[in-house]
Amino acid sequence: MILERYFSNPWALFGLKLGAILIFFLTAPLVIGYVEHKVLAHMQARLGPMEAGRFHGWAQLIADGVKFIQKEDITPDSADKWVFVAAPILVVVPVVMIFVVIPFGPGGWWGENLDLGLFFALAISAIGVIGMLMAGWASANKFSLIGAIRGAAQLIAYELPLVLAGAAVAMQAGTLSLVGIVEAQNHYWFVFPQIVGFFIFVTASLAELSRPPFDMPIADSEIIFGHMTEYTGIKFGLFLLSEYAGVVALSGLATVMFLGGWHGVVVPWIPGPLWTLAKIGAVSFIVIWLRATYPRLREDQLQKMAWKYLIPLALANILLTGFFKVVF
Amino acid sequence: MFPGGPGEGMEVIVAGEGSLATQEMVLNIGPQHPSTHGVLRVVITLDGERITAAEPVIGYMHRGFEKLAEARDYRQIIALVNRHDWLSAFGNELGVALIVEKMMGLEVPPRAQWIRMLMAEWNRVLNHLMFLGSYGLELGAMTPMFYAFREREDIQELMEAATGGRLHFTYCRVGGLKDDLPKGFLAHSERLVKLVRHRLLDYEGLLLGNEIFKKRTIGVGALPGDVAKDYGVTGPILQASGIAEDSRLTEPYLFYDQVDFDVPTGEKGDSFDRFNVLYRRIQQSLRIIEQVHGKIPAGPVILPKMPKTIKAPEGNYYLRTENSLGECGYYLVSTGDKYPWRLKMRTPSFSNVSMIPHLLPGILVPDLIAVLGSVFFVVGDVDR
Repeated sequence: MILERYFSNPWALFGLKLGAILIFFLTAPLVIGYVEHKVLAHMQARLGPMEAGRFHGWAQLIADGVKFIQKEDITPDSADKWVFVAAPILVVVPVVMIFVVIPFGPGGWWGENLDLGLFFALAISAIGVIGMLMAGWASANKFSLIGAIRGAAQLIAYELPLVLAGAAVAMQAGTLSLVGIVEAQNHYWFVFPQIVGFFIFVTASLAELSRPPFDMPIADSEIIFGHMTEYTGIKFGLFLLSEYAGVVALSGLATVMFLGGWHGVVVPWIPGPLWTLAKIGAVSFIVIWLRATYPRLREDQLQKMAWKYLIPLALANILLTGFFKVVF
Repeated sequence: MFPGGPGEGMEVIVAGEGSLATQEMVLNIGPQHPSTHGVLRVVITLDGERITAAEPVIGYMHRGFEKLAEARDYRQIIALVNRHDWLSAFGNELGVALIVEKMMGLEVPPRAQWIRMLMAEWNRVLNHLMFLGSYGLELGAMTPMFYAFREREDIQELMEAATGGRLHFTYCRVGGLKDDLPKGFLAHSERLVKLVRHRLLDYEGLLLGNEIFKKRTIGVGALPGDVAKDYGVTGPILQASGIAEDSRLTEPYLFYDQVDFDVPTGEKGDSFDRFNVLYRRIQQSLRIIEQVHGKIPAGPVILPKMPKTIKAPEGNYYLRTENSLGECGYYLVSTGDKYPWRLKMRTPSFSNVSMIPHLLPGILVPDLIAVLGSVFFVVGDVDR
């Protein structure tokens, strides 16, 4: 463990790790957000941000953040004040907590190596939806309410395939610890035996994050902006931050579970953390790419897809994994 | 009165039959809503996400065009009607020019007529591209919108070269056109036809061939042909219901009888058919444009001896043109003055929007957007 070598005081160690996670939590979404701006723009025959920060608008997201802080913070008259304020915080915090368990490199490049790391990450990622429901209900806006209910329905449908895909990986690795899962991929990445699981996991993550083509909870052409409709200023900024941090977090989980985490190929001398970041970037790129390509599904079509196809597929995947685990 | 209107409050109906009491919710879609592109308002009553009743409320954009026209001379009216359906400005001004010429018995030079056809068809492509893009956006696919604007930019550049305008062209005059085409226009136009035709394949891949797009639109908001006729629906929406009515074909004006084109039709009249018909209408327009290129004769573009003030002779006349979104009728009553006594416009969007309540009950909120977007309308054209 790198840090333990230099810091014997557990509190100093704790503070340092927390600081590192917070910095990553605040910067990674900005990078992903900027990449999304640019990638979408170039896929759509336009330039994207070009002004802020001179060079290809690299500072656009920082400028956006500053703008959010400066904006007037409006709470609607008929809103439930406390719940309205608490909701964005409840959406953001679980995403930070996921970063605590994601290992970035070998030898201590992680916040905490929990024995139940995978379980912890999947469980805590579902808490955000409570914030979403709170936001929708407290806003006293019908569009917000519809968005929040859609979000909750979506979560119920998609949490199951997500966890089932995770369960198959845990079986394959023989551990629930995320560090253990990465170490188990020493010889081959789990994406090869678990290709079905990988597909299910990415699909379910998209639905969990309300990213296109599963962005019904915020469907801007139908219900304005779902649960975020009444939010302004930094509270709205927090919602956006949590969305992009969520993309990073779930890409991180996919990387750790399926893409071999810090294990590199071809040029293994590149340090492990860089490999992890590169893979997170690659998965996030796919997420962005899908946004440029697909229209939005309807809520009932999504439910049908989850219950009729993904869950049976995930169960079959578990069965198959178990079978091969016993045979070999 | 519709529920949720001014002074009406929220109408609450408590369902008593089931064990779980549910309430219906009245939701105002619009007047300011991202998917009504303009200020159409639809008051819907919801049971969960299912629509039980729907009522479009129009008039938020009433600008009194018909009344204004009674105090404008015919040249000014051409600039005025440019603006009611802002996406097919040339089609609008063409209709007014045609009816005044008809009443005055003017014989417009053929070159002007052919150029008018060329412009009208380019304008139609311009209009349809807009809806092609925005429909994707309403279903959550953002890319087609930007592609549509890429093509629109090119076409606007072309039309700007001849007319000087990008949205409101004001290129028609009673008796002909404002100017002749600039040098190299036809070559530019020919290149553009090829380019647009090639790029249309992008939309086919992104939308028409897309599984999710098909799932969202096939069977959604099907409009039977006889209902469409009852409501006076015209244009792509009528054609999607399987009726090949197009006044360019059934009652040709300009030289539409001398070019070869088809009227694409759908079968079920659902959202997918409407979109598909719109898409294929672009291809047909491009076909017409290609034929027009070779047929424009030399000659003047406006009658040499036009009077200083244009006065339509006493009488009345009705004329219909196939505007981008459907049939646009003009009924002109003149007392022989330099102003019309009455200019009544029958705009396609108005009739097309009027059938929305027929389609909406029983479908879901996301389908409402899919239906509204596929009943291609311009709010200015509804309210005038």
